[in-house]
Amino acid sequence: MRRVSTRALVVTGVLVALLLAGAVSYYASTSPDGLNRVARDQGFSQTQARHHADGSPFAGYGTKGVGDRRLSKGVAGVVGSLVVLALAGGVTVLVRRWGPQRESRPERESVEHGGR
Amino acid sequence: MHVPDGFLDAPTSVATGAVAVVAVGVALRGARRELDDKTAPLAGLVATFVFATQMLNFPVGAGTSGHLLGGALAAVLVGPSTALLCMTVVFVVQALLFADGGITALGTNIDLMGLVTVVVGYLVFRGLQAVLPKRLSLVAPAAAVGALVSVPVAALCFTGLYAVGGQADIPLGTLAAAMVGWHALIGVGEALITGLAVGSIVAVRPDLVHGARRVLERRTLEVRTSDGVAT
Repeated sequence: MRRVSTRALVVTGVLVALLLAGAVSYYASTSPDGLNRVARDQGFSQTQARHHADGSPFAGYGTKGVGDRRLSKGVAGVVGSLVVLALAGGVTVLVRRWGPQRESRPERESVEHGGR
Repeated sequence: MHVPDGFLDAPTSVATGAVAVVAVGVALRGARRELDDKTAPLAGLVATFVFATQMLNFPVGAGTSGHLLGGALAAVLVGPSTALLCMTVVFVVQALLFADGGITALGTNIDLMGLVTVVVGYLVFRGLQAVLPKRLSLVAPAAAVGALVSVPVAALCFTGLYAVGGQADIPLGTLAAAMVGWHALIGVGEALITGLAVGSIVAVRPDLVHGARRVLERRTLEVRTSDGVAT
């Protein structure tokens, strides 16, 4: 099989994620999830408190001010995906910058070679 | 399984928050060893994919739904420490931007849906790898089994937390049975998605998959000896 470059793989993967969050999510089930269902059945759902971030423009995976439900959820999904991508990418860069990569790499190689 | 504010009392939430802080601290150290030039680009993708897929609730029957948690998936793809960091980013964004999962319950959610699914999913995966033949084709199925087990275990851990700090008086046996029952079904969906996602990346670039490294090391060495090529 032709070798796919890392860049092509990551770009394709992110596009798939954007498609899922931006378009497919509209068709997701709106039934209560397992925990909410159990909370309702067992009678402890009423202890749920109002969410501190209820005022967020994207609270509940909708976009404030966008009337069309499909677009509202789609925009929220795309924004969320991009924020997660940026934060996770940023954390990765920081971890690597702080990390003792040069110390750990030869160590791992010696373990690999030493194994055979 | 996003726990909202108000399900657990304050002391329990503080304790789960402390566990989350320690776990993320350990993961920050561990991730240094996991992230190299090859695998680092995959971390952002994994977090984004977990976030996107968590929006896709699938029906599990009788007016109930579930979605991927993703700890097993992330752990097999990028390693357990990096996986916990990815999951933490997802839960923080969900709580602050989307009001999904309480803010005082953030530690609880990182522990249950991040730490537990990453650790359980990865341990089951590595356990299977140890007993199964070292074949690339078995990486995705082993990841799927890890995913399958991780969800009901997380549900059981929620029950444990509720036993300690639940805000309502609920018979624990009934709660455990209901939580594990529904989440065993959700675990089937988790296993399917995890198997598909891991399988797709193993098919095109197995060298980027953390959980395929052991299998590849062996295979590379076999190729070299049969070719007689010195590198």
